[in-house]
Amino acid sequence: MAEQTAPPVIRDPGTPAKPDAAVVRDALGVGVAVGLSGFAFGVTSAGAGLGLLQTCALSLLVFTGASQFALVGALAAGGNPFTAAAGAFFLGTRNAFYGLRLSQLLALPKAVRPFAAHWVIDETTAVALAQPSRRAARVGFTVTGLTLYVLWNVTTLLGALGAEALGDTAAWGLDAAGPAVFLALLAPMLKTATERATAGIAVLLGLGLLPVLPAGVPVLAAALAAPAVLWLRGRRASAAPGGAERTDRAAEAGPETKEEDSR
Amino acid sequence: MNVWIAIGLTAAGCYLMKLVGLLVPAGTLERPLVQRLAALLPVALLAALTAQQTFSAGGSLVLDARAAGLAAAAVALVLRAPFLVVVGAAVAVTAGVRALGW
Repeated sequence: MAEQTAPPVIRDPGTPAKPDAAVVRDALGVGVAVGLSGFAFGVTSAGAGLGLLQTCALSLLVFTGASQFALVGALAAGGNPFTAAAGAFFLGTRNAFYGLRLSQLLALPKAVRPFAAHWVIDETTAVALAQPSRRAARVGFTVTGLTLYVLWNVTTLLGALGAEALGDTAAWGLDAAGPAVFLALLAPMLKTATERATAGIAVLLGLGLLPVLPAGVPVLAAALAAPAVLWLRGRRASAAPGGAERTDRAAEAGPETKEEDSR
Repeated sequence: MNVWIAIGLTAAGCYLMKLVGLLVPAGTLERPLVQRLAALLPVALLAALTAQQTFSAGGSLVLDARAAGLAAAAVALVLRAPFLVVVGAAVAVTAGVRALGW
């Protein structure tokens, strides 16, 4: 589910009202493309040894793709449920930051928020942030969320059933679907040297610690690459003030910065 | 049973994260360091997961057909292929290399 969707475009306050139909079209496009990748999740989850009910429960209740793939991967590798869930949880923390952006943009009534929260994911955020008005953002969020939720769950079911019919999923190369999904999610994030350094260190930690630590733990240890790189950069920046710091920061902070720059 | 525990914990944890963002007062998590860490954390996790799920089997490092599949996915990404094509390329190449007996 698709962190690979285009980053939120800059909102221009001068843009005229966007017709609802145009917003719905955008939202459906994202929802359909990404919803279909639920098929890959269903196959991967079944291939990892999870039952049909377990696979469907994940898509229904977790509904954030990267965390779902991470969880079934960790369980397949023999990780205990707590380390497996911890990895999935850390991947899901970014949704809290999406929620912050959406909370201001959508201005939802308090009673609606617990329901809307389930749909706070990469794609709904990308579509909502790309809209020129609150009304369009609400329509975009709702249509993307609904389309994705329905399709993601239907395709998860079909994928899991398909995998059972296929038998040995590895013979069909389906064990490569998980890592390919992660790579597709990761690629658009590698914008500056900071991200690339973080990814490189995380790969080294993840692979280097794999033979020596219990399953699931090396991924969590690899997550330390993020604070480590930030700390090293902070030290370098204070050693050589000014200069490169500003440009680097702009690319790094993600969607928010674009808006700041446009002001 | 262990699988259900993992599913329950993940579902609860991920839902709470989604909800927290909508409920906390604006500005609470807007500190630059927190924002940067939040942006980098998925990078580290996804990179480690990609590497591990490509180059490991049962707790040891291996080089097998999945590496070829991941390379195919990387090529597809460089060519700006859609998400499903990227995943499809990895699956097809992995299956092909295995069929060749590697």
